[in-house]
Amino acid sequence: MFDRGWTDGLPVVAPTEARVARMLEGTTRSPGDVVALMPPSLVECTVEKVAVNAVLAGCRPEYLPVVLAALEAICTDEFNMHGVLATTMGVGPVFVVNGPIAGRIGMNSGINVLGHGNRANLTIGRAVQLVVRNVGGGMPGGVDRATHGSMAKLSFCFAEDEAASPWTTLAQDRGFDPSQDVVTAFCGEAPRILVDQHSRSADSLARSLADGLRSTVSPRTVMGMDGMLVLSPEHMSRFRNAGWDRSRFMDELGAHLMVETNDILTGSRGIDDGLPATMAGLTLPKFRPGGLLVVHAGGPAGLFSAIVGGWLNGPMGSDPTSREITP
Amino acid sequence: MNDTDPTPATAQSAETTMLLDPTSEATPSERTRTPRKPSLDGLTVGLLDIAKPRGDVFLDRLEEHLGRRGAAVLRFAKPTFTKPAPADLRHEIATQCDAVIEALAD
Repeated sequence: MFDRGWTDGLPVVAPTEARVARMLEGTTRSPGDVVALMPPSLVECTVEKVAVNAVLAGCRPEYLPVVLAALEAICTDEFNMHGVLATTMGVGPVFVVNGPIAGRIGMNSGINVLGHGNRANLTIGRAVQLVVRNVGGGMPGGVDRATHGSMAKLSFCFAEDEAASPWTTLAQDRGFDPSQDVVTAFCGEAPRILVDQHSRSADSLARSLADGLRSTVSPRTVMGMDGMLVLSPEHMSRFRNAGWDRSRFMDELGAHLMVETNDILTGSRGIDDGLPATMAGLTLPKFRPGGLLVVHAGGPAGLFSAIVGGWLNGPMGSDPTSREITP
Repeated sequence: MNDTDPTPATAQSAETTMLLDPTSEATPSERTRTPRKPSLDGLTVGLLDIAKPRGDVFLDRLEEHLGRRGAAVLRFAKPTFTKPAPADLRHEIATQCDAVIEALAD
């Protein structure tokens, strides 16, 4: 299977007829249903092909509906999986799962949430990537010529910790009901940790998080690139104690994310990269409206949060895209 | 295998495992290249800007050079470098031009 180019470099589970048949029991959809036109080759991808790759990835049948919805989300003009795959920047589809299905299939939203140790988290993201590779033909070194790549291109999928969050969920923020199972795809890099072990007030921590978020992608970009902030439970406790809801947090954080364009004009501080001189004298937000996704997840101890830098947004690039997960 | 395994060793080693193909099973169609033009004189050459920064700088220079060699130049641009060129744009280039040069940049 390595020699046939079917794997991402890690061993895979052999997709026997029996295993694929079992995998297909995870969905009510017919094996011949077309899920999407799979980039970059834009070939029709059936439920059965997804099931074969889900077996390769190590999924259990009950994960299959999440894989199918994730693929539907990325194979849209708004998410633009073609561009996400083909860019030389090391980004990939990052998936956040909301709703009762996350608990039902055993997804992790706690300790090591963005790391190892959970079969559902790791194999769902991997299955999606294998479909793009095997069905779409998006091979590294072929259409995928990323300069560095990143672990986000292997598998990046996790659940939001909804039960312990005082806030509305990411899916609710994007217009879904808490009873719905939803997967949200975001084009992002691998995560990095933002440390603040001293802020005791919500205001101090919001300022501190904003300082870190300003550097996503480059300190000299504004509005053109989105971001994701994964707030840990201990960091969240600062906002909970202050009585801040999601809306208040976004307002306060946004106030600290305003950037004076004069500081990041091309040539300023001896750096050629930056905004054109025609944009001098403005005050702009680091993230466009709706361009910062905030999720609550992580282990109960640790005064850290995680930042996931995004990629070119809007019609020129990729927009975060959510889909309901159906059986 | 151990002594209690009822399957004879020879039968087990002769078994084959059927795997289902995870790929699209599609094979790309091959087309022969258009013959190289003997001369630029009188040709219409399309210059396609993929919308990367400074692509226009490169294409402006090419347009000067092509003009000096007797080619007519038509300029085209993709809406964004992150997506394939729209079908209408590809059709426009194919019907109006004898050759096309696409500029990457940065």
